[in-house]
Amino acid sequence: MGYPHQSHQRETPVLSQHFGDADARTLRGWKSRGGYQALEKALGMAPADIVSVVKESGLRGRGGAGFPTGMKWSFMKPGDGKPHYLCCNADESEPGTFKDRELMRWTPHALVEGCAIAAYAIGAETAYIYIRGEFTEPLYWMNEAVKEAYAAGIIGKNAMGTGKRIDVHVHKGAGAYICGEETALMNSLEGRRGNPRIKPPFPAVSGVFGMPTTINNVETLIAVCPILINGADWYKKMSLSNPKSTGTKLYSVCGNIERPGTYEVVMGFPFREFLYDVCGGPPPGQKFKAVIPGGVSVPIQTMEEAEASLMDYEGFVAQGSMLGSGGVIVIDDAQSMVAVIARIARFFAHESCAQCTQCREGTAWTTKILERIRDGMGTTEDLDTLLDIAEQMTGTTICVLSDSCATPVVSGIKKFGREFEALIQGRRFHPVIAAVA
Amino acid sequence: MLGGLESPDRASHDHTAREPYQPVFTAGAEARRELDELITHYPRKMAALLPALWIVQRERGWVSNEGMAEVAALLDLTPAYVKGVVTFYTMYHQHPVGKYFIQVCTTSPCAICGAEDVARAFLEHTKAGELGVTSPDGRFTVIEVECLGACGFATPVMINEEFIESVTPEKIPELLAGLE
Repeated sequence: MGYPHQSHQRETPVLSQHFGDADARTLRGWKSRGGYQALEKALGMAPADIVSVVKESGLRGRGGAGFPTGMKWSFMKPGDGKPHYLCCNADESEPGTFKDRELMRWTPHALVEGCAIAAYAIGAETAYIYIRGEFTEPLYWMNEAVKEAYAAGIIGKNAMGTGKRIDVHVHKGAGAYICGEETALMNSLEGRRGNPRIKPPFPAVSGVFGMPTTINNVETLIAVCPILINGADWYKKMSLSNPKSTGTKLYSVCGNIERPGTYEVVMGFPFREFLYDVCGGPPPGQKFKAVIPGGVSVPIQTMEEAEASLMDYEGFVAQGSMLGSGGVIVIDDAQSMVAVIARIARFFAHESCAQCTQCREGTAWTTKILERIRDGMGTTEDLDTLLDIAEQMTGTTICVLSDSCATPVVSGIKKFGREFEALIQGRRFHPVIAAVA
Repeated sequence: MLGGLESPDRASHDHTAREPYQPVFTAGAEARRELDELITHYPRKMAALLPALWIVQRERGWVSNEGMAEVAALLDLTPAYVKGVVTFYTMYHQHPVGKYFIQVCTTSPCAICGAEDVARAFLEHTKAGELGVTSPDGRFTVIEVECLGACGFATPVMINEEFIESVTPEKIPELLAGLE
């Protein structure tokens, strides 16, 4: 639902239906809303059957990459004699994204349940929920939920009386965007600096503590619960576009828009109607200029592209961007795109782990050059230099932070080059003025 | 020694005159029990490093070299290793901060909603004057933080452990008065 607003009639609240309802946070409240029935059902199934249902549902990772969840789980080979681990990525650090925060602070038991199901399905006895340190409220509620679930025997040595062991631990991060990258998260969890690891080996072969590991986003794990209860077909049917994108998706909407908040719609929903109808359109007197639909790491869209997009994995790609994490950042015509992009670059420069040269140097130089253009001190060569640096930053590093910094620069110069040129030519940035009718 | 040339504390990198360090994890202390329990969550002791550092910061207000050394000894690590980890993360204070540590998110989504004005207003009202510098009365330190993950509630601000949504410059005097 459009938390903190009323649910919009065109939304399909499945995961978000209890947002704003404090009673759903407690074990008693969660059970009275059907909580832990999915776990009970799962523990009565063979792990392979759970994986099949999730595969069949078409659920794909909600953290950004969109990898099929069931397939990821199937990489965990049973009977290899090694301890398996589940990691829940609750680091939610992509600017523009705050859906997992709402999921954890309103429905913490849903995540405990999702983690327990996934752990059982992949043959793990231990699940870690890695939550960013700034999320004091989600941390509080997750710790409470885990405590309640242990006390009630839902998780622990004898989960729900089935004799199966499922431990769930909450691990608090300490401030680092890069720990949202899966291998950096695992390093951080092990008590190391959060530097991403070279892949392969992939986590399913050698993950946390060197053991086979599956890592899933908060929203992905929570989505497994209704899939087990209602079946794969129910989930698959929730799509307005194509069979590769199924179910509902949470979008956190922010920036220059009338009703920012967290919304849930089915895959393939028209983005134009989402922005103007569901989220209330631009603030009074303003016009939308650009949209970043999936967190700051994805390409910036012009309004033409945004208005033609269908909200799913393929739909955003077809219109020059990506679904990413579902963090929709809306930029109105009062903003300078150069200033916006310079601020994004500064973010990446701050968050670079500094392992790879291209990223360590590239993010810093990109920021320096963008800020001097913003301040009216840019030269015509600067745009070429920026594009040149961006090219060298793409596909050349251990993780994609470097690429993520280059993405808004390249798409910004390509789509809003006029604003860069105007500043370089000594003119102040001019907002687009609608033609007088 | 010539008078006036002594510089007892200036020679080290830590310029803050302070009380001698009191260990956090002494035998029988609540913090020690907490750490011992945390260690059981992981197959390796080292994984309890971030949680242990959080406990030090909670108990002492910041993570000093002595705090790092104490944690290192308990987890069979070297102090240099622990320092390497501490310096990687932004949330461990490596020097004392004001009684109220104020973090204002000014990352892009908040910046386009006026977050920089909020940061400036905090500096003005707390008399901290400059980002990262503690106010003369020792009460406030204001910093800009990269993305607090509550972009729809621009501008989110953290004051110590408290998370406050939708802060505007006008709300700041009242907010600060509430801290008294």
